[in-house]
Amino acid sequence: MHSKKIEISRVLVANRGAIARRVIRTCQAMGLQTVAVYSPADAAAPYLAEAGASFALPGVTPQESYLNQAALLEIADISGADAVHPGYGFLAENSQFAAAVNERGLTFIGPQPKWLAQMGDKVAARALFADQGFPIFPGSGLLTDMTKAVVQAKSIGYPIMVKPSGGGGGMGMEVVPDSRRLDLAIQRAQAIAHSAFGESGVYLERAIMQPRHVEFQILGDGAGSAIHLYERECSVQRRNQKLIEESPAPGIDKQLVARHAELAAAVCANLSYDNIGTLETLFAPDGEVGFLEMNTRIQVEHAVTEMITGVDLVQIQIELACGGRLPAQPKRRGFAVEARLYAEDSDTLMPSTGRLHHFRPPELHGVRVETGYQQGQVIGPYYDAMLAKIIACGDTREMAIGRLLVALQAFEVSGVKTNAKLLMRILQNEDFLGGRVDTAIVERLMRGI
Amino acid sequence: MLHDVESEVTGAVWKVLLQAGAVVSEGDVIMILESMKMEIPVEAPVSGTLHSIAVQPEDQVEEDQILAVIQS
Repeated sequence: MHSKKIEISRVLVANRGAIARRVIRTCQAMGLQTVAVYSPADAAAPYLAEAGASFALPGVTPQESYLNQAALLEIADISGADAVHPGYGFLAENSQFAAAVNERGLTFIGPQPKWLAQMGDKVAARALFADQGFPIFPGSGLLTDMTKAVVQAKSIGYPIMVKPSGGGGGMGMEVVPDSRRLDLAIQRAQAIAHSAFGESGVYLERAIMQPRHVEFQILGDGAGSAIHLYERECSVQRRNQKLIEESPAPGIDKQLVARHAELAAAVCANLSYDNIGTLETLFAPDGEVGFLEMNTRIQVEHAVTEMITGVDLVQIQIELACGGRLPAQPKRRGFAVEARLYAEDSDTLMPSTGRLHHFRPPELHGVRVETGYQQGQVIGPYYDAMLAKIIACGDTREMAIGRLLVALQAFEVSGVKTNAKLLMRILQNEDFLGGRVDTAIVERLMRGI
Repeated sequence: MLHDVESEVTGAVWKVLLQAGAVVSEGDVIMILESMKMEIPVEAPVSGTLHSIAVQPEDQVEEDQILAVIQS
């Protein structure tokens, strides 16, 4: 796809917080200039001082700021940027934005807009991977009428999951135990999908109870080659949001994981997928594996992969976007475990806002901290509650977990509540330590089972 | 007796699901708030009738702010 080499010199980082900082760091290392953007709520954030220039966005809400395509494109023009890195979240998977960037003659640092559109449509993405021979769990296409839905649900089998086709992040998903509740669940999912994603399409998929969430890091050159950078195990979640991620995946059939990693790379190569992507799968307790979705961006948990492979994923993203060659598959070494420190109560999981009166991330051997915050900043209600990611590596899984635990204990935060206590409980949990994880582990732990 | 339904978080009102006059049971979801990209359901603390709803969608709300009043 990128047959000729593109030269870029100034990157607009269309994001905030930890990922803005992360992208700016790699750009700096590569000798590229950076342009940051910020909402009034982020005027005191440290990434602004680290960028070459920074431009204000009109308001504090996501729509006025980091989702504001018109303002971002205007800043790209004014600042003389020749490339845009979207980070994760916000506009990272918005095909319209990516296309608008490309149409202005700028380089979008991510997959081509067509991949963002196709993978963003969950029903289309499922069909595409099934067609390529990647396993999927039984499901329906887009639901059109309720009578058919009842028949389809019966043939798929209960419990069944109702999912919005335009969704993500677990919003609007619901598990239906039997046919009596199907109507209501579909209506509710349609309503939520409509207000959250602007389209009310929903589909059905067999619900896998207590699955493991295993995902594969993919890199492609858009010209028929793709590699995988192994798996990340991300089963430790709350409200469908990841809390702890690690690689390699513990306590699982390694051959089964390796086979699906190879298959994921082969499918992406065959599709001529480009830049970066993550193929998310579910592993059922009986060993069945099914496609969940393909994320067309760098992930929050990308540092786990960087720790075990030694690569810089942002750098590879930039090189691939500029027509560079796909690197050889790196070997992996050791173990890496990441914990997401959120501004939320450890017991109630309620988000917590306030001023960071004290904020001191630890500096420890074998530990990497990614944060978008510094002492004195106000944590408001407008954006997600992630304060920091703490990633620890080690020659053994036990060593990585031990280092992560020490880092969490050493991380000093006051002014907002954090989930540090919950993270530490998980890291000391017998099932977690034994590699017996699934997506319900946090709920069981919180209910004291 | 009147019972205040208060916000547990600082955020914004995303959706109001019930109207004044609705009969509620303890645990029924009255509205959904949004804070830090999370949906926070606001449940009726007691059974009764919704006396009033004090906010509307997109309103900013503070922790402990009264969102609704239930008559039991």
